[in-house]
Amino acid sequence: MTMVNAKQDNSAQVSGLLRFITCGSVDDGKSTLLGRLLYDAGMLPDDQIAALTRDSRKLHADAPDVLDFSLLTDGLDAEREQGITIDVAYRYFHTARRSFIVADCPGHEQYTRNMATGASQADLAIVLVDARKGLLPQTRRHTYICALLGIRRVVLAVNKMDLVDYRQDIYDDIVHEYRELAGKLGIDDVDCLPTAALSGDNVGRRSHQTAWYDGPSLLEILETATIATPQPGEFRMPVQWVNRPDASFRGYAGTICGGEVAVGDAVVVQPAMRQAVVERIVTADGDLEHANAGQAVTLTLDREIDISRGDIIASATKPAPVADQFAAHMLWMGDAPLLPNRTYWLKVGARTVNVRITAIKHKVDVNTQAKLAASRLDLNEVGYCNLDLDHAIAFEAYKTNPTLGGFILIDRQSHATVGCGMLDFALRRAANVHWQHIDLDKQIRSLSKGQQSRCLWFTGLSGAGKSTIANLVERRLHALGYHTYLLDGDNLRHGLNKDLGFTNEARVENVRRVAEVAHLMVDAGLIVLACVISPFASERRFARDLFEENEFVEVFVDTPLDECERRDPKGLYRKARAGDIANFTGIDSPYEVPEHPEVRLVAGGRRAEQLAEEVVAYLLQGQGKQEGGAAP
Amino acid sequence: MFSMSRLDALEAESIHIFRETAASFRRPVMLYSIGKDSSVLLHLLRKAFFPASPPMPLLHVDTTWKFREMIAFRDQVASKGDVEVLVHINEEGVRQGISPLTHGSAVHTDIMKTVALKQALDKYAFDAAIGGARRDEEKSRAKERIFSFRNAQHRWDPKNQRPELWNNYNTFIQKDESVRVFPLSNWTELDVWHYIRRENIPVVPLYFAKARPVVERDGALIMVDDERFTLRDGEQVQMKDVRFRTLGCYPLTGAIESQADTLDGIIEEMSVSRSSERQGRVIDNDANASMERKKQEGYF
Repeated sequence: MTMVNAKQDNSAQVSGLLRFITCGSVDDGKSTLLGRLLYDAGMLPDDQIAALTRDSRKLHADAPDVLDFSLLTDGLDAEREQGITIDVAYRYFHTARRSFIVADCPGHEQYTRNMATGASQADLAIVLVDARKGLLPQTRRHTYICALLGIRRVVLAVNKMDLVDYRQDIYDDIVHEYRELAGKLGIDDVDCLPTAALSGDNVGRRSHQTAWYDGPSLLEILETATIATPQPGEFRMPVQWVNRPDASFRGYAGTICGGEVAVGDAVVVQPAMRQAVVERIVTADGDLEHANAGQAVTLTLDREIDISRGDIIASATKPAPVADQFAAHMLWMGDAPLLPNRTYWLKVGARTVNVRITAIKHKVDVNTQAKLAASRLDLNEVGYCNLDLDHAIAFEAYKTNPTLGGFILIDRQSHATVGCGMLDFALRRAANVHWQHIDLDKQIRSLSKGQQSRCLWFTGLSGAGKSTIANLVERRLHALGYHTYLLDGDNLRHGLNKDLGFTNEARVENVRRVAEVAHLMVDAGLIVLACVISPFASERRFARDLFEENEFVEVFVDTPLDECERRDPKGLYRKARAGDIANFTGIDSPYEVPEHPEVRLVAGGRRAEQLAEEVVAYLLQGQGKQEGGAAP
Repeated sequence: MFSMSRLDALEAESIHIFRETAASFRRPVMLYSIGKDSSVLLHLLRKAFFPASPPMPLLHVDTTWKFREMIAFRDQVASKGDVEVLVHINEEGVRQGISPLTHGSAVHTDIMKTVALKQALDKYAFDAAIGGARRDEEKSRAKERIFSFRNAQHRWDPKNQRPELWNNYNTFIQKDESVRVFPLSNWTELDVWHYIRRENIPVVPLYFAKARPVVERDGALIMVDDERFTLRDGEQVQMKDVRFRTLGCYPLTGAIESQADTLDGIIEEMSVSRSSERQGRVIDNDANASMERKKQEGYF
């Protein structure tokens, strides 16, 4: 297949770029090996060698003639001070045969997320093992993550051979053990070799110290390694940007992530499944007849249809599957653990949707590959999860199309990247459980009650007075003729939520259920009063997002902790202080204060009745029924 | 099987990054430093949004000590009219008479470049600033993400960068936070020149060898570009065939002796070069790893 309008370039390395990483445990010599490789390949400029000589002498006064190659890639002050690698360093080099982009990955477990960053774009991984230590937990973890991210070709470098007198039996044992591990993880292509990075044995050239090894040097392996090119697949392009310079032009810009497209092809815009035909393939260098995966282009279509950023333009004969529930492999990268039922943002292609992890099917012990039961995923843990999205998306399995199958999870409060995942397949129930259409709707139901349905969400510490105030509000609303229902957190724990405890995971699920029930009741036309501590901002936001604008009224009962503890109506604070109750909000479990509640109740010496009136007054502003002199 | 050339793949990746930035941020800007990387960046910006005009302005932070030919080149770019060119000068620094010749490179760079950049970003409330830095330039840049997060004080925290998987970029930020975006991260210096040749991209003539008046100072060849340059005892202005590998403030940028007066000549010279690109930059040698410190404080 050739590309129309493809330009010739005359750079020395027009093809055969190899992207690889170096990984393995800390102190196995990754940075040294890579520095050595660059040095042997003749890729270090004179001024860098001079700086390296100077820095090496400064750090190693005892060995003035040894070059410390690790200083080449450990570029951060903190890394050089501590002698460790914190983040991935990218280096670019070439030989007469090939050009390379290499990512030097950190070995410490705490920086696994940075290692995954490097691995996500690599074709090949060099895994280093210290010959004296053999396979370490980090060797297994990194190999597991490489396999998870789809790296199918590994070079095992058994390093520091000089420190074990170049003994073949030691080398053979490590190779045997590693091949077994790689085989289990589905990595079939493993090259092994003995190295001594410091002295350069088998790095840039073959060593006479390892006469029993008759294979190629590391550089030769890299120069000749073949990488299986992925199947081209069907045409897919996520729309990144709608290009509308004026009324006469409307184009959809994006990078093709699968297959090829030609002018005149029938396409479908997903997930809405609108059909169209490709009219032009526009680039700044002139229109193309065809375009292929990897090219950044702008398509115009033969008809006006509603397309926005995040939609997928796909082959009309072979569109991508569409679903909103998935099973996926996940690597957790957040400092706070992944909690089931909490809502995160999921970004895949150019689309961002809300997602809930509905179940952690298992987590994986990366040392033994054992599947373990789990109620959460902590930093750097790997697991297999079920996902529930609030919008259906067009997707592909990660192994078929990494762009449409690889996603990141983003925390909705901090906006940090807290996880990444690989979609595996759609869960069947998503396709089979459809919304049943109902003729009567919320508006009709609430109109017949002469009110606007609302959810009043009372949040605050235990003993703050939520139930007392909500009870007074409900009595007052009832007296005024409104239809109400009070959902009390404590009462619900006797029934609907009696299977839940007070761990963070259980609190998230507790709030989710109360919010869903409140949502149903609001749909039924009622004014619902929900009283739950709901200590986490994230879950209160989940609750809010279920409702339409102005339907959700957050009432923050802002009674200070010492006042709640002084009241202690149920004796719970006393028990918590005595250590009889664990995970008690305000004592050993956090309460995240609401930033923008609709109503904030501060007692300041006022009675509960007065605080209740404040809530009623707020609510009546929005109600059709006006009450003369509602606020006494 | 279809396979893209290296330059085509780099071009497509950069265009993808430009579009992602324009689509995800409220007020993006492209930092324009007039050098070869900026020329490539501007070329890619136009390509990414063709046939529309670029949906973001350019910002040049003018230290008032740039080569005169650079300013002339910038004004020529601005006169094309398809893209708005904003110029920001730290007027406070001008009033204090900050000069690299009297205050030294560290003070000058901090006040006229780093502080000036932050002033401009705050003034226009830009939430994404695209720059032409490449990972092969310098060690701390080799560690930086493509979408690189900055807090409300414009600081970079190299020890706690957001993971960045595939080309799936997290573009979410809170109010007052921002990102720096580097579409040329994966380009090498040689890629840049090959691309300039392939695409016929105009660059400042200072990159090409010519007889120019220079003074040898602290081991570097400094060009005497205007009357503000004062000679020290024993210094002599000589005419030499020189060119520049990078461009910055003229008193802080060392020339190299060269006969390369064409793109082919430059590429030929680079292919056999044994020194690295930023060697001529006086500011990088202030202290080891000083680029990292400057970047933490908000330098681009």
